[in-house]
Amino acid sequence: MVDEDLLRTLTPTVIGILGRRGASWTAAEDAVQDALVEAVRVWRDAPPRDPKGWLVTVAWRKYLDAVRADTSRRRREVLVDEEPEPGPAEVVDDTLQLYFLCAHPSLTPASAVALTLRAVGGLTTRQIAQAYLVPEATMAQRISRAKRTVSDVRFDQPGNVGTVLRVLYLVFNEGYSGDVDLAAEAIRLTRELAARTDSEEVAGLLALMLLHHARRPARTRPDGGLVPLAEQDRARWDTRLIAEGVDVLQAALARDRLGEFQAQAAIAALHADARTAEETDWVQIVEWYDELVRLTDSPVARLNRAVAVGEADGPRVGLAALADLDPALPRHAAVAAYLHERNGDPVTAARLYAEAARSAPNLPERDHLTRQAARLNAELRSCP
Amino acid sequence: MAKYLLLKHYRGAPAAVNDVPMDQWTPDEVSAHVQYMQDFAARLEDTGEFVDGQALSPEGTFVRYDGEGRPPVTDGPFAETKDLIAGWMVIDVETYDRALELAGELSAAPGAGGKPIHEWLEVRPFLGAPPTITE
Repeated sequence: MVDEDLLRTLTPTVIGILGRRGASWTAAEDAVQDALVEAVRVWRDAPPRDPKGWLVTVAWRKYLDAVRADTSRRRREVLVDEEPEPGPAEVVDDTLQLYFLCAHPSLTPASAVALTLRAVGGLTTRQIAQAYLVPEATMAQRISRAKRTVSDVRFDQPGNVGTVLRVLYLVFNEGYSGDVDLAAEAIRLTRELAARTDSEEVAGLLALMLLHHARRPARTRPDGGLVPLAEQDRARWDTRLIAEGVDVLQAALARDRLGEFQAQAAIAALHADARTAEETDWVQIVEWYDELVRLTDSPVARLNRAVAVGEADGPRVGLAALADLDPALPRHAAVAAYLHERNGDPVTAARLYAEAARSAPNLPERDHLTRQAARLNAELRSCP
Repeated sequence: MAKYLLLKHYRGAPAAVNDVPMDQWTPDEVSAHVQYMQDFAARLEDTGEFVDGQALSPEGTFVRYDGEGRPPVTDGPFAETKDLIAGWMVIDVETYDRALELAGELSAAPGAGGKPIHEWLEVRPFLGAPPTITE
Protein backbone atom coordinates (compact mmCIF):
# COMPACT_ATOMS: atom_id res chain seq x y z
CA MET A 1 0.00 0.00 0.00
CA VAL A 2 1.33 3.42 -0.92
CA ASP A 3 1.36 5.85 1.99
CA GLU A 4 -0.85 8.64 0.65
CA ASP A 5 -0.43 10.77 3.76
CA LEU A 6 3.32 10.69 3.25
CA LEU A 7 2.89 11.72 -0.39
CA ARG A 8 0.63 14.59 0.65
CA THR A 9 3.10 15.76 3.26
CA LEU A 10 6.02 15.64 0.83
CA THR A 11 4.23 17.38 -2.05
CA PRO A 12 4.81 20.99 -0.97
CA THR A 13 8.43 20.34 -0.04
CA VAL A 14 9.23 18.85 -3.43
CA ILE A 15 7.43 21.64 -5.32
CA GLY A 16 9.44 24.09 -3.25
CA ILE A 17 12.75 22.41 -4.04
CA LEU A 18 12.03 22.46 -7.77
CA GLY A 19 10.95 26.06 -7.49
CA ARG A 20 14.19 27.06 -5.85
CA ARG A 21 16.16 25.16 -8.46
CA GLY A 22 14.65 27.51 -11.02
CA ALA A 23 11.45 25.83 -12.19
CA SER A 24 8.47 28.13 -12.55
CA TRP A 25 5.66 27.56 -10.14
CA THR A 26 3.38 26.05 -12.78
CA ALA A 27 6.06 23.78 -14.20
CA ALA A 28 7.14 22.62 -10.74
CA GLU A 29 3.60 21.82 -9.73
CA ASP A 30 2.95 19.87 -12.95
CA ALA A 31 6.21 17.92 -12.64
CA VAL A 32 5.46 16.96 -9.04
CA GLN A 33 1.97 15.81 -9.96
CA ASP A 34 3.53 13.59 -12.64
CA ALA A 35 6.02 12.25 -10.11
CA LEU A 36 3.21 11.49 -7.64
CA VAL A 37 1.39 9.48 -10.28
CA GLU A 38 4.54 7.49 -10.87
CA ALA A 39 5.07 7.03 -7.14
CA VAL A 40 1.62 5.51 -6.75
CA ARG A 41 2.45 3.14 -9.62
CA VAL A 42 5.97 2.12 -8.61
CA TRP A 43 6.13 2.30 -4.83
CA ARG A 44 3.73 -0.58 -4.28
CA ASP A 45 6.38 -3.03 -5.51
CA ALA A 46 9.52 -1.10 -4.74
CA PRO A 47 9.12 1.42 -1.93
CA PRO A 48 12.13 3.76 -1.87
CA ARG A 49 14.33 4.12 1.19
CA ASP A 50 14.27 7.90 0.81
CA PRO A 51 10.81 8.89 -0.45
CA LYS A 52 11.58 12.59 -0.57
CA GLY A 53 14.82 12.08 -2.50
CA TRP A 54 13.00 9.76 -4.87
CA LEU A 55 10.27 12.30 -5.51
CA VAL A 56 12.73 15.15 -6.04
CA THR A 57 14.75 13.08 -8.52
CA VAL A 58 11.74 11.91 -10.50
CA ALA A 59 10.00 15.29 -10.45
CA TRP A 60 13.17 17.03 -11.57
CA ARG A 61 13.52 14.52 -14.40
CA LYS A 62 9.89 15.12 -15.39
CA TYR A 63 10.54 18.84 -15.31
CA LEU A 64 13.62 18.52 -17.53
CA ASP A 65 11.67 16.29 -19.92
CA ALA A 66 8.96 18.92 -20.17
CA VAL A 67 11.50 21.66 -20.72
CA ARG A 68 13.38 19.66 -23.36
CA ALA A 69 10.15 19.05 -25.19
CA ASP A 70 9.90 22.78 -25.62
CA THR A 71 11.55 24.63 -28.50
CA SER A 72 15.33 24.59 -28.69
CA ARG A 73 15.59 28.33 -28.21
CA ARG A 74 13.58 28.20 -25.04
CA ARG A 75 15.56 25.16 -23.98
CA ARG A 76 18.82 27.02 -24.10
CA GLU A 77 17.37 29.81 -22.00
CA VAL A 78 15.92 27.49 -19.44
CA LEU A 79 19.05 25.35 -19.16
CA VAL A 80 20.87 28.39 -17.90
CA ASP A 81 18.06 28.86 -15.44
CA GLU A 82 18.40 25.29 -14.25
CA GLU A 83 21.78 25.96 -12.72
CA PRO A 84 21.44 26.18 -8.97
CA GLU A 85 21.65 29.69 -7.59
CA PRO A 86 25.24 30.58 -6.80
CA GLY A 87 26.32 31.49 -3.29
CA PRO A 88 25.71 29.86 0.07
CA ALA A 89 22.60 27.74 0.43
CA GLU A 90 19.93 29.67 2.23
CA VAL A 91 18.06 28.07 5.04
CA VAL A 92 14.56 28.59 3.72
CA ASP A 93 11.58 26.41 4.43
CA ASP A 94 10.14 25.76 1.00
CA THR A 95 6.84 24.50 2.32
CA LEU A 96 6.33 27.76 4.15
CA GLN A 97 6.96 29.70 0.95
CA LEU A 98 4.37 27.55 -0.77
CA TYR A 99 1.77 28.37 1.88
CA PHE A 100 2.32 32.06 1.21
CA LEU A 101 2.24 31.62 -2.56
CA CYS A 102 -1.04 29.69 -2.46
CA ALA A 103 -2.68 32.32 -0.27
CA HIS A 104 -1.35 35.23 -2.29
CA PRO A 105 -3.55 38.34 -2.01
CA SER A 106 -3.96 38.49 -5.79
CA LEU A 107 -6.08 35.30 -5.61
CA THR A 108 -9.77 35.21 -4.77
CA PRO A 109 -10.51 33.30 -1.56
CA ALA A 110 -11.98 30.37 -3.51
CA SER A 111 -8.91 30.12 -5.75
CA ALA A 112 -6.56 30.38 -2.80
CA VAL A 113 -8.42 27.58 -1.05
CA ALA A 114 -8.31 25.31 -4.10
CA LEU A 115 -4.65 25.99 -4.74
CA THR A 116 -3.68 25.42 -1.11
CA LEU A 117 -5.50 22.08 -0.99
CA ARG A 118 -3.83 21.00 -4.20
CA ALA A 119 -0.27 22.23 -3.76
CA VAL A 120 0.25 22.31 0.01
CA GLY A 121 -2.31 19.64 0.87
CA GLY A 122 -1.48 17.34 -2.02
CA LEU A 123 -5.14 16.52 -2.69
CA THR A 124 -6.22 15.54 -6.18
CA THR A 125 -8.36 17.87 -8.24
CA ARG A 126 -11.15 15.31 -8.07
CA GLN A 127 -11.08 15.22 -4.28
CA ILE A 128 -11.22 19.00 -4.07
CA ALA A 129 -14.05 19.15 -6.63
CA GLN A 130 -16.02 16.60 -4.62
CA ALA A 131 -15.50 18.47 -1.40
CA TYR A 132 -16.84 21.67 -2.95
CA LEU A 133 -19.57 19.96 -4.97
CA VAL A 134 -18.51 21.26 -8.37
CA PRO A 135 -17.53 19.33 -11.50
CA GLU A 136 -13.90 18.24 -11.76
CA ALA A 137 -13.45 20.25 -14.98
CA THR A 138 -14.59 23.41 -13.20
CA MET A 139 -12.21 22.83 -10.31
CA ALA A 140 -9.36 22.05 -12.70
CA GLN A 141 -9.92 25.42 -14.36
CA ARG A 142 -10.14 27.18 -11.01
CA ILE A 143 -6.78 25.71 -10.04
CA SER A 144 -5.03 26.39 -13.33
CA ARG A 145 -6.30 29.98 -13.37
CA ALA A 146 -5.01 30.38 -9.84
CA LYS A 147 -1.64 28.99 -10.89
CA ARG A 148 -1.47 31.44 -13.79
CA THR A 149 -2.31 34.29 -11.46
CA VAL A 150 0.64 33.58 -9.20
CA SER A 151 3.04 32.31 -11.88
CA ASP A 152 4.90 35.63 -11.93
CA VAL A 153 5.14 35.90 -8.20
CA ARG A 154 8.70 35.36 -7.12
CA PHE A 155 9.02 32.22 -5.11
CA ASP A 156 11.15 33.74 -2.39
CA GLN A 157 8.85 36.66 -1.71
CA PRO A 158 7.75 36.69 1.89
CA GLY A 159 4.02 36.32 2.30
CA ASN A 160 1.47 37.56 4.74
CA VAL A 161 0.65 34.99 7.37
CA GLY A 162 -2.76 36.60 7.88
CA THR A 163 -3.94 35.65 4.40
CA VAL A 164 -2.69 32.10 4.91
CA LEU A 165 -4.68 31.83 8.13
CA ARG A 166 -7.85 33.11 6.47
CA VAL A 167 -7.50 30.47 3.75
CA LEU A 168 -7.01 27.68 6.28
CA TYR A 169 -9.95 28.97 8.31
CA LEU A 170 -12.14 28.88 5.18
CA VAL A 171 -11.12 25.28 4.55
CA PHE A 172 -11.87 24.33 8.15
CA ASN A 173 -15.30 25.94 8.08
CA GLU A 174 -16.41 24.29 4.88
CA GLY A 175 -18.22 21.38 6.48
CA TYR A 176 -17.91 17.72 5.76
CA SER A 177 -18.89 16.76 2.23
CA GLY A 178 -16.87 14.59 -0.16
CA ASP A 179 -14.43 11.81 0.64
CA VAL A 180 -11.88 14.14 2.19
CA ASP A 181 -12.57 15.54 5.63
CA LEU A 182 -11.72 19.20 5.03
CA ALA A 183 -11.83 20.07 8.71
CA ALA A 184 -9.24 17.39 9.49
CA GLU A 185 -7.22 18.48 6.47
CA ALA A 186 -7.26 22.10 7.65
CA ILE A 187 -6.02 20.98 11.07
CA ARG A 188 -3.23 18.95 9.47
CA LEU A 189 -2.11 21.91 7.36
CA THR A 190 -2.35 24.35 10.28
CA ARG A 191 -0.31 21.98 12.46
CA GLU A 192 2.42 21.93 9.82
CA LEU A 193 2.29 25.71 9.50
CA ALA A 194 2.49 26.08 13.28
CA ALA A 195 5.57 23.83 13.33
CA ARG A 196 7.24 26.11 10.78
CA THR A 197 6.37 29.54 12.08
CA ASP A 198 6.72 31.42 15.28
CA SER A 199 3.37 33.19 15.28
CA GLU A 200 0.84 33.45 18.11
CA GLU A 201 -2.03 33.72 15.66
CA VAL A 202 -1.09 30.48 13.88
CA ALA A 203 -1.19 28.84 17.30
CA GLY A 204 -4.47 30.65 18.00
CA LEU A 205 -6.06 29.29 14.84
CA LEU A 206 -4.77 25.78 15.53
CA ALA A 207 -6.20 25.93 19.05
CA LEU A 208 -9.52 27.20 17.71
CA MET A 209 -9.73 24.37 15.20
CA LEU A 210 -8.80 21.71 17.75
CA LEU A 211 -11.35 22.96 20.26
CA HIS A 212 -14.14 23.02 17.69
CA HIS A 213 -13.15 19.71 16.18
CA ALA A 214 -13.26 18.18 19.65
CA ARG A 215 -16.98 18.98 19.90
CA ARG A 216 -17.83 17.78 16.42
CA PRO A 217 -19.18 14.31 17.37
CA ALA A 218 -21.77 15.97 19.63
CA ARG A 219 -22.81 18.73 17.24
CA THR A 220 -25.09 16.73 14.95
CA ARG A 221 -27.70 14.03 15.34
CA PRO A 222 -27.35 10.86 13.25
CA ASP A 223 -29.91 12.34 10.82
CA GLY A 224 -27.75 15.46 10.33
CA GLY A 225 -29.84 17.67 12.61
CA LEU A 226 -28.06 20.34 14.66
CA VAL A 227 -27.62 19.98 18.40
CA PRO A 228 -27.25 23.38 20.09
CA LEU A 229 -24.28 23.82 22.40
CA ALA A 230 -26.40 23.76 25.55
CA GLU A 231 -27.97 20.42 24.62
CA GLN A 232 -24.83 18.63 23.48
CA ASP A 233 -23.78 15.41 25.22
CA ARG A 234 -20.51 16.65 26.67
CA ALA A 235 -19.33 13.10 27.30
CA ARG A 236 -18.89 12.87 23.55
CA TRP A 237 -16.46 15.76 23.36
CA ASP A 238 -12.91 14.65 22.60
CA THR A 239 -11.05 15.51 25.80
CA ARG A 240 -7.66 14.75 24.26
CA LEU A 241 -8.19 17.36 21.52
CA ILE A 242 -9.55 19.85 24.06
CA ALA A 243 -6.48 19.42 26.25
CA GLU A 244 -4.21 19.91 23.27
CA GLY A 245 -6.15 22.98 22.13
CA VAL A 246 -5.97 24.53 25.59
CA ASP A 247 -2.22 23.88 25.80
CA VAL A 248 -1.58 25.43 22.40
CA LEU A 249 -3.74 28.42 23.30
CA GLN A 250 -2.13 29.01 26.69
CA ALA A 251 1.34 29.00 25.16
CA ALA A 252 0.17 31.55 22.61
CA LEU A 253 -1.61 33.81 25.12
CA ALA A 254 1.45 33.78 27.37
CA ARG A 255 3.30 35.76 24.71
CA ASP A 256 0.89 38.63 25.17
CA ARG A 257 0.26 39.44 21.53
CA LEU A 258 -3.44 38.93 21.24
CA GLY A 259 -5.11 38.39 17.87
CA GLU A 260 -8.61 37.52 16.73
CA PHE A 261 -8.00 33.76 16.44
CA GLN A 262 -6.57 33.60 19.96
CA ALA A 263 -9.60 35.49 21.27
CA GLN A 264 -11.98 33.15 19.46
CA ALA A 265 -10.06 30.14 20.73
CA ALA A 266 -10.28 31.52 24.28
CA ILE A 267 -14.08 31.65 23.95
CA ALA A 268 -14.13 28.10 22.56
CA ALA A 269 -11.89 26.98 25.43
CA LEU A 270 -14.27 28.44 28.02
CA HIS A 271 -17.15 26.50 26.46
CA ALA A 272 -15.06 23.34 26.35
CA ASP A 273 -14.08 23.83 29.97
CA ALA A 274 -17.65 23.71 31.31
CA ARG A 275 -18.77 20.25 32.41
CA THR A 276 -22.41 21.33 32.06
CA ALA A 277 -23.96 24.18 30.09
CA GLU A 278 -24.91 25.84 33.40
CA GLU A 279 -21.28 25.93 34.51
CA THR A 280 -20.28 28.02 31.49
CA ASP A 281 -18.33 31.11 32.56
CA TRP A 282 -20.35 33.62 30.56
CA VAL A 283 -18.85 36.62 32.33
CA GLN A 284 -15.38 35.71 31.07
CA ILE A 285 -16.81 34.90 27.65
CA VAL A 286 -18.28 38.41 27.42
CA GLU A 287 -14.84 39.82 28.27
CA TRP A 288 -13.28 37.84 25.44
CA TYR A 289 -15.99 39.02 23.06
CA ASP A 290 -15.13 42.59 24.10
CA GLU A 291 -11.53 41.86 23.08
CA LEU A 292 -12.70 40.31 19.83
CA VAL A 293 -14.89 43.31 18.99
CA ARG A 294 -11.98 45.60 19.80
CA LEU A 295 -9.66 43.60 17.52
CA THR A 296 -11.98 43.05 14.56
CA ASP A 297 -14.92 45.44 14.90
CA SER A 298 -16.84 42.59 13.27
CA PRO A 299 -20.67 42.79 13.35
CA VAL A 300 -20.78 39.00 13.73
CA ALA A 301 -18.61 39.25 16.84
CA ARG A 302 -21.01 41.91 18.20
CA LEU A 303 -23.97 39.64 17.52
CA ASN A 304 -22.34 36.72 19.33
CA ARG A 305 -21.42 39.08 22.14
CA ALA A 306 -25.12 39.96 22.54
CA VAL A 307 -25.85 36.25 23.11
CA ALA A 308 -23.12 36.02 25.72
CA VAL A 309 -24.33 39.21 27.41
CA GLY A 310 -27.83 37.72 27.49
CA GLU A 311 -26.44 34.70 29.37
CA ALA A 312 -24.21 36.69 31.71
CA ASP A 313 -26.49 39.62 32.58
CA GLY A 314 -29.95 38.42 31.59
CA PRO A 315 -31.96 38.53 28.37
CA ARG A 316 -33.05 42.14 28.82
CA VAL A 317 -29.45 43.36 28.74
CA GLY A 318 -28.79 41.02 25.82
CA LEU A 319 -31.68 42.56 23.89
CA ALA A 320 -30.33 46.03 24.64
CA ALA A 321 -26.95 44.99 23.17
CA LEU A 322 -28.78 43.61 20.16
CA ALA A 323 -30.68 46.85 19.61
CA ASP A 324 -27.55 48.58 18.30
CA LEU A 325 -27.02 46.01 15.56
CA ASP A 326 -28.26 45.89 11.98
CA PRO A 327 -31.25 43.50 11.77
CA ALA A 328 -30.03 42.44 8.31
CA LEU A 329 -27.06 40.61 9.87
CA PRO A 330 -27.11 36.87 9.26
CA ARG A 331 -28.65 35.04 12.25
CA HIS A 332 -29.84 38.32 13.83
CA ALA A 333 -33.45 37.08 13.95
CA ALA A 334 -32.38 33.77 15.50
CA VAL A 335 -30.49 35.56 18.28
CA ALA A 336 -33.41 37.94 18.85
CA ALA A 337 -35.83 34.99 19.00
CA TYR A 338 -33.70 33.22 21.61
CA LEU A 339 -33.38 36.31 23.81
CA HIS A 340 -37.11 37.13 23.56
CA GLU A 341 -38.01 33.60 24.59
CA ARG A 342 -35.74 33.79 27.61
CA ASN A 343 -37.26 37.17 28.38
CA GLY A 344 -40.69 35.51 28.61
CA ASP A 345 -42.17 36.63 25.30
CA PRO A 346 -42.94 33.41 23.38
CA VAL A 347 -45.21 35.17 20.86
CA THR A 348 -42.44 37.44 19.58
CA ALA A 349 -39.92 34.60 19.86
CA ALA A 350 -42.06 32.24 17.73
CA ARG A 351 -42.48 34.89 15.05
CA LEU A 352 -38.74 35.61 15.00
CA TYR A 353 -37.78 31.92 14.90
CA ALA A 354 -40.01 31.49 11.83
CA GLU A 355 -38.45 34.58 10.24
CA ALA A 356 -34.96 33.27 11.02
CA ALA A 357 -35.84 29.90 9.46
CA ARG A 358 -36.86 31.56 6.21
CA SER A 359 -33.47 33.23 5.85
CA ALA A 360 -31.35 30.35 7.19
CA PRO A 361 -28.30 29.70 4.99
CA ASN A 362 -28.45 25.91 5.20
CA LEU A 363 -30.90 23.08 5.70
CA PRO A 364 -29.92 21.84 9.19
CA GLU A 365 -30.16 25.38 10.54
CA ARG A 366 -33.48 25.98 8.84
CA ASP A 367 -34.91 22.76 10.24
CA HIS A 368 -33.64 23.57 13.71
CA LEU A 369 -35.17 27.06 13.68
CA THR A 370 -38.46 25.76 12.25
CA ARG A 371 -38.63 23.25 15.12
CA GLN A 372 -38.04 26.05 17.63
CA ALA A 373 -40.91 28.06 16.13
CA ALA A 374 -43.13 24.97 16.04
CA ARG A 375 -42.31 24.13 19.67
CA LEU A 376 -43.31 27.62 20.86
CA ASN A 377 -46.44 27.73 18.72
CA ALA A 378 -47.56 24.35 20.10
CA GLU A 379 -47.01 25.63 23.66
CA LEU A 380 -48.97 28.79 22.88
CA ARG A 381 -51.89 26.75 21.52
CA SER A 382 -52.02 24.41 24.52
CA CYS A 383 -52.07 27.24 27.10
CA PRO A 384 -53.73 30.25 25.55
CA MET B 1 -18.17 30.65 -2.81
CA ALA B 2 -21.88 30.15 -2.94
CA LYS B 3 -24.03 28.33 -5.42
CA TYR B 4 -26.93 29.96 -7.23
CA LEU B 5 -29.58 28.60 -9.54
CA LEU B 6 -30.34 30.69 -12.60
CA LEU B 7 -33.87 29.76 -13.61
CA LYS B 8 -35.19 30.35 -17.06
CA HIS B 9 -38.98 30.34 -17.33
CA TYR B 10 -41.15 29.54 -20.30
CA ARG B 11 -44.01 31.53 -18.84
CA GLY B 12 -44.77 32.98 -15.47
CA ALA B 13 -42.19 35.71 -15.57
CA PRO B 14 -43.00 39.14 -16.99
CA ALA B 15 -42.61 39.25 -20.76
CA ALA B 16 -39.15 39.78 -22.19
CA VAL B 17 -38.41 43.14 -23.83
CA ASN B 18 -37.67 41.46 -27.14
CA ASP B 19 -40.64 39.09 -26.81
CA VAL B 20 -40.89 37.16 -30.08
CA PRO B 21 -41.54 33.40 -29.85
CA MET B 22 -38.52 31.37 -30.92
CA ASP B 23 -40.40 29.75 -33.81
CA GLN B 24 -40.73 33.20 -35.38
CA TRP B 25 -36.95 33.74 -35.41
CA THR B 26 -34.73 32.97 -38.38
CA PRO B 27 -32.76 29.70 -38.14
CA ASP B 28 -29.57 31.75 -37.85
CA GLU B 29 -31.04 33.67 -34.95
CA VAL B 30 -31.89 30.40 -33.22
CA SER B 31 -28.35 29.15 -33.81
CA ALA B 32 -26.88 32.38 -32.50
CA HIS B 33 -29.01 32.08 -29.37
CA VAL B 34 -27.97 28.48 -28.74
CA GLN B 35 -24.34 29.33 -29.41
CA TYR B 36 -24.52 32.20 -26.92
CA MET B 37 -25.76 29.88 -24.18
CA GLN B 38 -23.07 27.31 -24.94
CA ASP B 39 -20.33 29.93 -25.01
CA PHE B 40 -21.61 31.36 -21.75
CA ALA B 41 -21.42 27.93 -20.07
CA ALA B 42 -17.98 27.24 -21.54
CA ARG B 43 -16.69 30.58 -20.31
CA LEU B 44 -17.97 29.92 -16.80
CA GLU B 45 -16.25 26.55 -16.81
CA ASP B 46 -13.06 28.43 -17.65
CA THR B 47 -13.51 30.82 -14.76
CA GLY B 48 -14.24 27.94 -12.41
CA GLU B 49 -17.82 29.06 -11.83
CA PHE B 50 -19.85 26.49 -13.75
CA VAL B 51 -21.63 23.72 -11.87
CA ASP B 52 -24.46 22.41 -14.00
CA GLY B 53 -26.96 23.32 -16.67
CA GLN B 54 -29.90 21.46 -18.18
CA ALA B 55 -32.81 22.25 -20.45
CA LEU B 56 -36.31 21.10 -19.58
CA SER B 57 -39.22 20.08 -21.76
CA PRO B 58 -42.31 22.28 -21.48
CA GLU B 59 -44.34 19.14 -20.69
CA GLY B 60 -44.89 18.86 -16.97
CA THR B 61 -47.50 17.13 -14.87
CA PHE B 62 -48.57 17.77 -11.30
CA VAL B 63 -48.98 14.68 -9.13
CA ARG B 64 -50.00 14.19 -5.54
CA TYR B 65 -51.08 11.42 -3.22
CA ASP B 66 -54.88 11.25 -3.19
CA GLY B 67 -55.56 7.99 -1.39
CA GLU B 68 -55.08 4.38 -2.45
CA GLY B 69 -55.73 3.39 -6.06
CA ARG B 70 -56.57 6.78 -7.44
CA PRO B 71 -54.68 8.55 -10.20
CA PRO B 72 -53.79 11.85 -8.56
CA VAL B 73 -52.63 13.64 -11.66
CA THR B 74 -53.44 17.02 -13.08
CA ASP B 75 -52.17 19.34 -15.71
CA GLY B 76 -52.68 22.34 -13.42
CA PRO B 77 -52.63 25.26 -13.51
CA PHE B 78 -52.91 26.41 -9.93
CA ALA B 79 -52.61 30.09 -10.65
CA GLU B 80 -53.42 32.41 -13.49
CA THR B 81 -50.19 31.59 -15.22
CA LYS B 82 -48.51 28.25 -15.47
CA ASP B 83 -45.00 28.61 -14.14
CA LEU B 84 -43.02 26.45 -16.52
CA ILE B 85 -39.33 26.17 -16.10
CA ALA B 86 -37.43 25.99 -19.38
CA GLY B 87 -34.06 25.16 -17.96
CA TRP B 88 -31.48 26.03 -15.40
CA MET B 89 -27.87 26.74 -14.82
CA VAL B 90 -26.09 26.29 -11.51
CA ILE B 91 -23.15 28.56 -10.84
CA ASP B 92 -20.69 28.74 -7.96
CA VAL B 93 -19.54 32.32 -7.49
CA GLU B 94 -17.73 34.51 -4.96
CA THR B 95 -20.56 36.96 -4.33
CA TYR B 96 -24.25 37.59 -4.81
CA ASP B 97 -23.35 40.54 -7.03
CA ARG B 98 -21.43 38.23 -9.33
CA ALA B 99 -24.50 35.96 -9.57
CA LEU B 100 -26.61 38.98 -10.58
CA GLU B 101 -24.01 40.05 -13.11
CA LEU B 102 -23.97 36.62 -14.74
CA ALA B 103 -27.77 36.35 -14.78
CA GLY B 104 -27.90 39.74 -16.50
CA GLU B 105 -25.45 38.50 -19.07
CA LEU B 106 -27.44 35.31 -19.67
CA SER B 107 -30.58 37.38 -20.13
CA ALA B 108 -28.81 39.25 -22.93
CA ALA B 109 -28.77 36.12 -25.13
CA PRO B 110 -29.61 37.20 -28.67
CA GLY B 111 -33.15 36.65 -29.93
CA ALA B 112 -35.20 37.92 -32.85
CA GLY B 113 -33.31 40.37 -35.02
CA GLY B 114 -30.11 39.38 -33.23
CA LYS B 115 -31.07 41.71 -30.40
CA PRO B 116 -30.88 40.65 -26.76
CA ILE B 117 -34.04 39.00 -25.42
CA HIS B 118 -33.91 40.87 -22.09
CA GLU B 119 -35.91 38.07 -20.49
CA TRP B 120 -36.36 37.84 -16.72
CA LEU B 121 -34.26 35.17 -15.03
CA GLU B 122 -34.77 34.04 -11.48
CA VAL B 123 -31.68 33.88 -9.24
CA ARG B 124 -32.03 31.54 -6.26
CA PRO B 125 -29.34 30.77 -3.69
CA PHE B 126 -28.68 27.15 -2.73
CA LEU B 127 -28.79 26.19 0.90
CA GLY B 128 -25.21 25.28 1.81
CA ALA B 129 -23.57 23.07 4.38
CA PRO B 130 -23.52 24.33 7.96
CA PRO B 131 -20.22 25.97 8.85
CA THR B 132 -18.11 24.36 11.55
CA ILE B 133 -17.92 27.50 13.65
CA THR B 134 -21.10 29.40 14.40
CA GLU B 135 -21.17 30.04 18.09
